[in-house]
Amino acid sequence: MSILYIITTILFLLSLIASREKTFKALQVAWQKFMKLLIPFLSMLIMVSVLLYFVPNELILEWLGQSSGYKGLLIGALLGSISLMPGFIAYPIAGVLIKQGVAYMSIAAFATTLMMVGLLTYPLEKAYLGTKATIIRNISAFLISIIVSIGIGILYGELL
Amino acid sequence: MNKKLLSIISIFIFFIFAMMSVLFSFVPGKMIAWNFWLFFKNMMTILPVIFILIGLFEVWVPRKVIEDHMGTDAKFGGYLWGVLLASFSAGGMFVSFPIACALYRKGANLKVIFFYVSCAGLCRIPMTLYEASFLGIKFTLIRLAIAIPLLLMVSIILGTYLEKNNYILDTK
Repeated sequence: MSILYIITTILFLLSLIASREKTFKALQVAWQKFMKLLIPFLSMLIMVSVLLYFVPNELILEWLGQSSGYKGLLIGALLGSISLMPGFIAYPIAGVLIKQGVAYMSIAAFATTLMMVGLLTYPLEKAYLGTKATIIRNISAFLISIIVSIGIGILYGELL
Repeated sequence: MNKKLLSIISIFIFFIFAMMSVLFSFVPGKMIAWNFWLFFKNMMTILPVIFILIGLFEVWVPRKVIEDHMGTDAKFGGYLWGVLLASFSAGGMFVSFPIACALYRKGANLKVIFFYVSCAGLCRIPMTLYEASFLGIKFTLIRLAIAIPLLLMVSIILGTYLEKNNYILDTK
């Protein structure tokens, strides 16, 4: 968390030295984007908070926990492929889940597929890249996500 | 507009529900409110910083220059510009589709285009830092170190294959 603060502060000061107007404009952009996200953001948080209450912790751990192994990986990857939520919301939730004992590998599968595989954005992607390319790209992205997750699992000592 | 109003109302109702639960010690409500508070607190320590970072990028990084480089190039440099453009842009994968098409029209080849689209999901700098602050730098580094080479490989294979088959993007 602290690196983020340090990097941003340094960049901000540099920007301030270089140009006051541009820095001001950057803050304006930041504020606008923040406000635009605030409502979907709060709604999503409320939904997740309610959902986490109703889905018992043991169930989450059984599906995605340290001992879930490949099952957790697969469930994570499938959830990530069909979900459509900004990383801004996904990562804090991931952080909380990890503190509760969910495996890094499951989280990796979810986060990577969330970012690279888009079942719900398929129509949009198809309109731009064409059917064939879209299908091949998504399938290969899914496979890459699995490989990445296995790598994470091994390096965090959750596999082997 | 209507949908937005609905969201605002439901958020408002939730807050009243949360306050009532705390006041009258309604346990399920309190637990839900506590969950919400945990997420909210976590995010508010990081989100403002991330948005300032995005704002700075938006103002200072000359996207045009990067796009021009990608457009004209055929050799390996194109991929490098692809990662760069993806790293500095905000928005995510679906913002990258129209940009990808624009680049294609300017002459970037399919391999670079596919690489760029996948990278836009994968390695935007603000999002990467955000991820690292919740899951640890180790997590982020492993993820990038494994994913980028694989993506590069797949993009080259996919692009070459499609170009051989005279695949043409329909850029309206």
